[in-house]
Amino acid sequence: MRTWLYKADTQLSPYVYISPFFILFAVFGLFPLGYTAWVSLHDWSLLSDEHSFVGLGNYAELLADPYFWNALRNTLSILALSTIPQLILALILAHLVNRPLRAKTLWRLGMLLPNVTSVVAVVVIFSQLFGRDFGLINWLLESFGLGRIDWQAGVASSHVAIAAMITWRWTGYNALIFLAAMQAVPKELYESATLDGATAGQQLRKITIPSIRPTVIFVVIVSTIYGLQVFAEPQLFAGGGPNGIIGGPDRQFQTLTLYMYEHGFNRGFEFGYASATAWVMFGLIVLAAAVNYLITRRIRSSR
Amino acid sequence: MTRRLVYLALTGVLMLTAFPLYFSVVVASQDNSALSQVPPPVLPGANLIENIKRVFDTVPFDQALLNSLIVAGINTASVVLFSTLAGFAFAKLRFRGRTALLLTVVGTMMVPMQLGIIPLFMLVTKLEWHDTLLAVTVPALVNAFGVFFMTQYLSEALPTELLEAGRIDGAATHRLFWHVVLPVARPAAAVLGMLTFLNVWNDYLWPLVVLASPENQTVQVALSQLRAGYVQDYSLALTGTMLATLPLLIVFGLLGKQLIGGIMQGAVKG
Repeated sequence: MRTWLYKADTQLSPYVYISPFFILFAVFGLFPLGYTAWVSLHDWSLLSDEHSFVGLGNYAELLADPYFWNALRNTLSILALSTIPQLILALILAHLVNRPLRAKTLWRLGMLLPNVTSVVAVVVIFSQLFGRDFGLINWLLESFGLGRIDWQAGVASSHVAIAAMITWRWTGYNALIFLAAMQAVPKELYESATLDGATAGQQLRKITIPSIRPTVIFVVIVSTIYGLQVFAEPQLFAGGGPNGIIGGPDRQFQTLTLYMYEHGFNRGFEFGYASATAWVMFGLIVLAAAVNYLITRRIRSSR
Repeated sequence: MTRRLVYLALTGVLMLTAFPLYFSVVVASQDNSALSQVPPPVLPGANLIENIKRVFDTVPFDQALLNSLIVAGINTASVVLFSTLAGFAFAKLRFRGRTALLLTVVGTMMVPMQLGIIPLFMLVTKLEWHDTLLAVTVPALVNAFGVFFMTQYLSEALPTELLEAGRIDGAATHRLFWHVVLPVARPAAAVLGMLTFLNVWNDYLWPLVVLASPENQTVQVALSQLRAGYVQDYSLALTGTMLATLPLLIVFGLLGKQLIGGIMQGAVKG
């Protein structure tokens, strides 16, 4: 009896312990994703009980909608404007902190501070800073003799403002991740490079970045996935409400997630159409991850 | 680069990271007419108490704070418990399919859950959880990151000999968990708990989609209400922002050091 109990305990316990994760993931993660695919093949609206099968009709309609392409362009533009400076700044910042310094903890706490702040808070604060009439940034521009910018109104200017919010929030976090990887790089490499007269910039390019390549790939992929899903920044930048859903009065900063939100939860709850958007986004994310991986691998091999 | 230049650059970075938060305090303590002056104010004013009152009059902010506290509290406790359980199993117990299942966990970290919000919304509606805190709490009771984080930590920090000694003394697995694993897991649990609390407190899209009535909203959704409208009341919006961020800043000030350690540790291995 005792051995039977012991056997049951050691053999079953592991499965019991991991089951909460797998049950929750199956119900609230995997099922929704799969079901989205099924829904996307139907003319499926919350307002009607009929869900007629339309095959790839939603996808065809989606790809024929100029607003979809507009949202895609906006998303990619904001992605590039935020991710590239963010990663370069994070690398430089990590490189600066990766040396014997006084008040180490202070610099690191400062770096992480923006990430602790919620997206909503960040957008509210930056919207005030980027205000057209009374914003601090426009006031600064004007006092330097440059003109005011109506940040929200333009395509490029609104993308820059949104990218600034994302960059502010994530640069320090990414720098910490880079820093963690940099600390594993042997110090002797830097010592001999210094003896050979290499500058800090050369050391960053020739020693640090190649040595932490896997971390760079990881951060690039994660930032891209996050960047393709940007939602709160544009929605709140336009002040929430109807303009928030379409990303500004001229859709100048409507992103893909906003486009999905617009069709799924606003215009007659077109779940089928919104699900098709979700799957196109998923495809883009997989594609972006693959492209990122290939590019970063090439950089290494051409060295 | 000289040392002095490095400190100068870092001080500049620190000012850039702190300034927006400082400025939100400035705006939160001014009245709206002061904000429409040129040049804009850069020092705190005397209107903070007045603005805080207005926030609580405009939206049920106390209820929203309470809701966020409930949701974040439950999810923090459950993520830590379930992740430690699963992490223990993956790190130290032998069972069939272990490697494949662990790979599945890691793989799911790459799947953006946001894309499932439409069927998730339909599911939650079917369960009649729409517009209740259950809808935001239950799907987040545990996550792949937590399981992975704990697995990494426990496979290094938990001595196998300690578990074997417990087994020889006749302890069942659940006793080992309570008396051996949990005490060892405490430092990692603190970091995971803090990260979870931050994430849940700051979550926006899903609560926005699923919580409709004002008395069920979480703090971030309530904040977005303060921002909505054609006439921007910035001192109102930024007072709310300050109130919603303050609890996090306090926690961050007290435990930030461990949090940084945890993020960096997770990153090296991840």
